[in-house]
Amino acid sequence: MLSLRVNRKTYNLDVEPETPLLWVIRDTIGLTGTKFGCGMALCGACTVHLNGKPVRSCVTRVSQAVGQEITTIEGLSANAQHPAQIAWREGDVPECGYCQSGQIMAAAALLAKNPNPTDVDIQREITNLCRCGTYLRIRQAIHRAAELAAKP
Amino acid sequence: MKAARGMSRRDFVVTTLAVGGGLALGFSFPKNDAERAALAARLSGRPWESLSGKGDVEVGPWLMIAPDDTVTIRVGQSEMGQGVITSCAKMVAEELECDWAKVRAEYVSVNRHFRENKVYKRLVTTSSSSVRLGRPYLQQAGASARERLMAAAAQTWSVPRSELTVRDGLITHKLTGRTLRYGEVAEKAAAIKLPTEPKIKTPDQYTLLKKPTKLLDTPLKVDGSATYGIDVRLPGMVYAAVKASPVFQGKVRSYNADVVKNRPGVHSVVEFSGEEIEAGIAVVADSYWHARTALDAMPIEWDEGTHGSDSSEEFFRSSRATLDEPGAKVVTRKGDPEAVLKNTSQVVEAIYEVPYLDHTVMEPFNCTAQVTSNRVDIWVGSQDPENAAIDASKVTGVPVENVYLHNCFLGGGFGRRGNQDDVRQAVTIAKQLGGRPVKVTWSREETTRHGYYRPMRVSRFRAALGADGMPVAWTTRVVGMDENYPGDEQVLRGLHKLPYFVPHQLFDYHLRKTHVPTGPWTSVGRSQNEFFLETFVDELAHAAGKDPYEYRRALLEANVEFPFAKGWIDVLGAVREKSAWGQKLPVGTGMGIAIGDSRRLSRTEITICAVVATVSVTQKGEVRVERFDVAMDTGPFLVNPLAAERQVEMQVAMGLAAVLRQEITIEKGRVVQANFDTYPLLRPTEIPEIKVHFVRATDDPIAGMGEEAIGWVAPAVCNAIFAATGKRVRSLPLKNHDLSWT
Ligand code: FES
Ligand code: FES
Repeated sequence: MLSLRVNRKTYNLDVEPETPLLWVIRDTIGLTGTKFGCGMALCGACTVHLNGKPVRSCVTRVSQAVGQEITTIEGLSANAQHPAQIAWREGDVPECGYCQSGQIMAAAALLAKNPNPTDVDIQREITNLCRCGTYLRIRQAIHRAAELAAKP
Repeated sequence: MKAARGMSRRDFVVTTLAVGGGLALGFSFPKNDAERAALAARLSGRPWESLSGKGDVEVGPWLMIAPDDTVTIRVGQSEMGQGVITSCAKMVAEELECDWAKVRAEYVSVNRHFRENKVYKRLVTTSSSSVRLGRPYLQQAGASARERLMAAAAQTWSVPRSELTVRDGLITHKLTGRTLRYGEVAEKAAAIKLPTEPKIKTPDQYTLLKKPTKLLDTPLKVDGSATYGIDVRLPGMVYAAVKASPVFQGKVRSYNADVVKNRPGVHSVVEFSGEEIEAGIAVVADSYWHARTALDAMPIEWDEGTHGSDSSEEFFRSSRATLDEPGAKVVTRKGDPEAVLKNTSQVVEAIYEVPYLDHTVMEPFNCTAQVTSNRVDIWVGSQDPENAAIDASKVTGVPVENVYLHNCFLGGGFGRRGNQDDVRQAVTIAKQLGGRPVKVTWSREETTRHGYYRPMRVSRFRAALGADGMPVAWTTRVVGMDENYPGDEQVLRGLHKLPYFVPHQLFDYHLRKTHVPTGPWTSVGRSQNEFFLETFVDELAHAAGKDPYEYRRALLEANVEFPFAKGWIDVLGAVREKSAWGQKLPVGTGMGIAIGDSRRLSRTEITICAVVATVSVTQKGEVRVERFDVAMDTGPFLVNPLAAERQVEMQVAMGLAAVLRQEITIEKGRVVQANFDTYPLLRPTEIPEIKVHFVRATDDPIAGMGEEAIGWVAPAVCNAIFAATGKRVRSLPLKNHDLSWT
């Protein structure tokens, strides 16, 4: 038995400690907004926050997440109102959308530590892959999210 | 015509509140976000489920109307990012004259399609066909419903239909000032049969179509609620991890289930095979991770069959040799090109090669199935739910009327998700599980190694240039590995009917068959052929000492037999102007141009597209595509300019990834590449500035927008590399070339 905090809720789970956090989130807890893309930390589709820091949950053992606040796309904000989510809607960023939970989680973590990132910051910090090539719209949306968050 | 690119300037009230110790910033909002409230309820995160309520009335199979005037429009095409749900709903709403803000969408019922004599016409999403083929009957469905609603109002008031007008779902009788809402007459309308079907609007009458429209699925894709096939969860569901024969067409020789049966969560081990199913083994467990780790731990021996030593290197070698044999099939013969070639002093010859490519859908392959003796349920993101249901019926023996396919969002399609191998496999596994639902999930490696690949292809071009540098004779010979799918047409597309004027021509080809499965890949045939053709024209221009833009233009102007020459010249001119073609560039930077029109043998519609790539190459040979200009013909309208622009962007990204470093190679009969490290996608740092320029060059509706730009990405980039470095690239991907220069 192991106890996990996900989106401000506590779950007591019967999983092996070496299970990747991704599969605990998706299969055991049933939050499927976090996606499986590669399983090798190559794409970022599985990005969640551990205490606000972005991690690739496909290569994070669940035992490493014990005692930390885990945030998934479902828990990023109440009613999907994080500035990144608003900006993503405004800019119609997603195409197929499969990578976008991970993109938004990566963007939200960047904005939390750097409220006004430059293009260079974005390129350095957001390495998530998008098959549909939405990178330009993502970049614009991050700038827009920074603007939204800065509004009083 | 270009859609607004910037963010809309709505005023959102934003309050930031830090929640919890050390957490990421959480944001909450005192006021309702009207945009979200309006959009969120317009499409279910589970798109196969209906949002319509009890009081909704069906007015024809395509739509429901609620007492509060909400209209639910049914969509038969699959959403994979191209915006098709929004576009299809718009085509119905255009005629319905309802309030777009009150439109909801849902997928049609695949089951009903079969039970009611294919009522939804076509449930396939390929070849940019959704607008091209869907528009007439979707408009008709909207017009028909509108007229029934109007007839219902006319009946209610006992006035002639001609005295009524409608706007945004509000019917008005001008003479008396009376009004009725759609929601009030829907029930009556449902019972009305029209004596004749109304005429549908022509593009000049459109009001809703043509305008950029925000996409109905966007809100679901920013909060995790969009349900892809891989996200489906059912009561009692088990999970399967699969391994199919690494050598295509192999068999399972032996495996040892005892090794894994006591591992945690393992339910069973299932062997699968069948017609058009790659034989393999599934481990079924209570979670994907349990299934996957058990599968990895299980020894499996394969019977590799007769292809265990085949390689793509050998396919290339033998194809090159085949180039010396006259083509088995001749497409074009005009004049006597061989004789002219023999007697001309300036002859240009080039051999081009392109590899197998995978589709690399972002969502690893998966399918969930439940099979009982008299009913089959399937949850999958499919480009072809109609044939998927038919295949499920064949595999199980359950009549197709009892197959229920619940189509999900697709994490990418690109042609890959219309082969139904996922469905055939999952149903075969589910059949052996006594009615339990099972979600079959492929690893990324399995997804890469069991594709239906874009066929590799080899070609040889020869041209004799006259004293003015223009081609007098031209021969094209292609060897395509396409025989598995779909045969000849893929090999011909783009090369049949040369757009450029050449008096003597020969085009012939060979089709070869290998054991490697091939299938449609965005633009089907053109991503190979256009690379050949548009690179070769560029080679001719340079051999003639002419500007590649001017050279193409002159060849088009001379080709009086080519009906689309004027449109081509217009689009070519647009991209020339917008890209500032011919501008002075730094050393090591060059521009490359390419054009085509996606014409096919089997249809009359085209979409003319011309592109210019601006590429820099470092002296060490590192390539950077700086900017990509795309001029695209819109014809008289685009159904949703916003979606169209995004589709072009997607194609540029997809095309660039392929040009830079994607290839599927075969060694020992199996695919070498496995995950994103060996089969890389375009990285965020590699996306160029993309400029989409919509131009109206033709009067007829275009063929579509889903795959009409990608073919020209490779030749434009390679032509730009030549301009930058003087190095001519004749095979892809670029990673196999040394592009360093001094
Ligand atoms: S699934 Fe975790 S990085 Fe790709
Ligand atoms: S939107 Fe499709 S992979 Fe990013």
